[in-house]
Amino acid sequence: MISFSGVYKRYLSGFEALKNINFTIEPAEMVFITGHSGAGKSTLLKLIAAIERPTTGSIVINGQNLAALNSNEISFLRRNLGLVFQDQKILFDRTVFDNVLLPLQINGFDFKTATERVYAALDKVGLLKNAKSRPITLSGSERQRLCVARAVVGRPSILIADEPTANLDTDYANDIINIFKSLHQVGITVLIATHNTGLLGNAQQRILALSHGELTL
Amino acid sequence: MSIWFSHHWHALVSALRKLTDAPITSLLNIVVIGVAFSLPTGAYILLENLQVFSGQVSGAPQLNLFLALDTDKNKIAELESRLTQHPQIASFQFIPKNVALQQLKKRDGLADIIDDLAQNPLPDAFIINVKDAAPESLESLHTEIQKWPEAGYVQFNSAWTRRLDALLKLGKLAALTLAFLLGFALVAITFNTVRLQILTRRDEIEISKLIGATNDFVRRPFLYFGTIQAAIGGITAWLITAFILHLISNELTSLAKLYTVDLRLHHLSSEDSAILLLSSACLGWFGAWLSVANCLWKTESRWFKDTKYTH
Ligand SMILES: Nc1ncnc2c1ncn2[C@@H]1O[C@H](COP(=O)(O)OP(=O)(O)O)[C@@H](O)[C@H]1O
Ligand SMILES: [Mg+2]
Repeated sequence: MISFSGVYKRYLSGFEALKNINFTIEPAEMVFITGHSGAGKSTLLKLIAAIERPTTGSIVINGQNLAALNSNEISFLRRNLGLVFQDQKILFDRTVFDNVLLPLQINGFDFKTATERVYAALDKVGLLKNAKSRPITLSGSERQRLCVARAVVGRPSILIADEPTANLDTDYANDIINIFKSLHQVGITVLIATHNTGLLGNAQQRILALSHGELTL
Repeated sequence: MSIWFSHHWHALVSALRKLTDAPITSLLNIVVIGVAFSLPTGAYILLENLQVFSGQVSGAPQLNLFLALDTDKNKIAELESRLTQHPQIASFQFIPKNVALQQLKKRDGLADIIDDLAQNPLPDAFIINVKDAAPESLESLHTEIQKWPEAGYVQFNSAWTRRLDALLKLGKLAALTLAFLLGFALVAITFNTVRLQILTRRDEIEISKLIGATNDFVRRPFLYFGTIQAAIGGITAWLITAFILHLISNELTSLAKLYTVDLRLHHLSSEDSAILLLSSACLGWFGAWLSVANCLWKTESRWFKDTKYTH
């Protein structure tokens, strides 16, 4: 469960990116966060992942109030989140396999179990044949799918994706959304931020619409 | 337990990878550490060997007690019983002045001169073997005996070894100071290498932290790296000194044979070798730790940096 109450975020520059945000997302929900560029979608996701700190208000995730957590507790919380970053954050000095392996190394998995899981995750996003390649050789869509594989390999209870379909053709975008839907179906809470409202089309999922830092829906 | 093991295994592997990723840099660092540490190590080895040697040639230390010229037989008997009862004295030998003169006469060229003497200029003497050869107790015994009224002059027959001993102690102190200073250099070298590594691996560190790595997890490979590099540097210092020792040892042994002394150079004892390895490893760890404590902060997300603005 994710719950925001009275959350404001003012950046050090003085810019108020989020104003009085209140919502609750139940476990296993799939939610789209929409809004124009600069509406505050990324900021909202960063607050959930404890990358940024709210100026006022409280954020509770899986029963834990973020403000009360110390450094190690934040790390353990993040292991329960699968993050797809807007700027991807791929490590280009290692193979696709090693990129996806990283969260499992952090979790302290033994190499055998970790290897099985990495291959399973790569299979799910259709990158199995690219396991030993360098990320630099991947296409835009393949890189995006690599990010998804890295986000889900640790079997998080919450998946958070920031513009996962940003630079993709519609077909590829739908592929990615379908991967998220299948994860949602196995009980994972999924949050997707996107400015591409075309994705929503016939989607039945809940939408949180942001405009100039305020929730409008 | 297995998570602990897997975390440390991961840290070890990535530390070794850091070493081999930049082989030239690592090699140069190791050589610098090795050469730097071989200086105090070499000095220490030399001094240790000199000490052993000086112990060999001097034997057990003795005190010569020359009596005042006017000491009579009663007083000598009294002195004998005092020496017998003294707790610091193992044994002693009385040398009457006429015996001393006879011994002197046997030396080449002196007989004629001695025959010309009107009277015996030599005093009676005791040669005293002490129980405890430690310089401090020798010193206290020396001053005690010197105060006796019958004592004319008290002399160490091993004064030069004592002086050598004092010099060796001073030398060891100098070597230790040098080691201490170079220890700082080792810390600085490790600090800087690790700092550069952290900067070039900012992405990796930042991403790891974002997906749930603890500070310990991020720190560990760098600590392993600093420790391993410095330990290999320590081993290099050991090898360098072993090599140099081997070179001069051959020369020295044949030279020593000419003088019929058994002079063989010994390398560090296994205990001292362990200390060398351990202390260089510890210093490397410390340098890496300082670096990580200093630079990791720069890769921290704003969640932790912002706190002072949000309360
Ligand atoms: N670190 C920051 N410092 C100052 N302003 C920021 C920072 N990050 C984002 N902003 C501003 O906050 C607003 C919302 O940004 P963001 O959450 O990234 O929007 P979105 O993801 O919806 O496009 C933007 O106007 C952006 O310029
Ligand atoms: Mg954004």
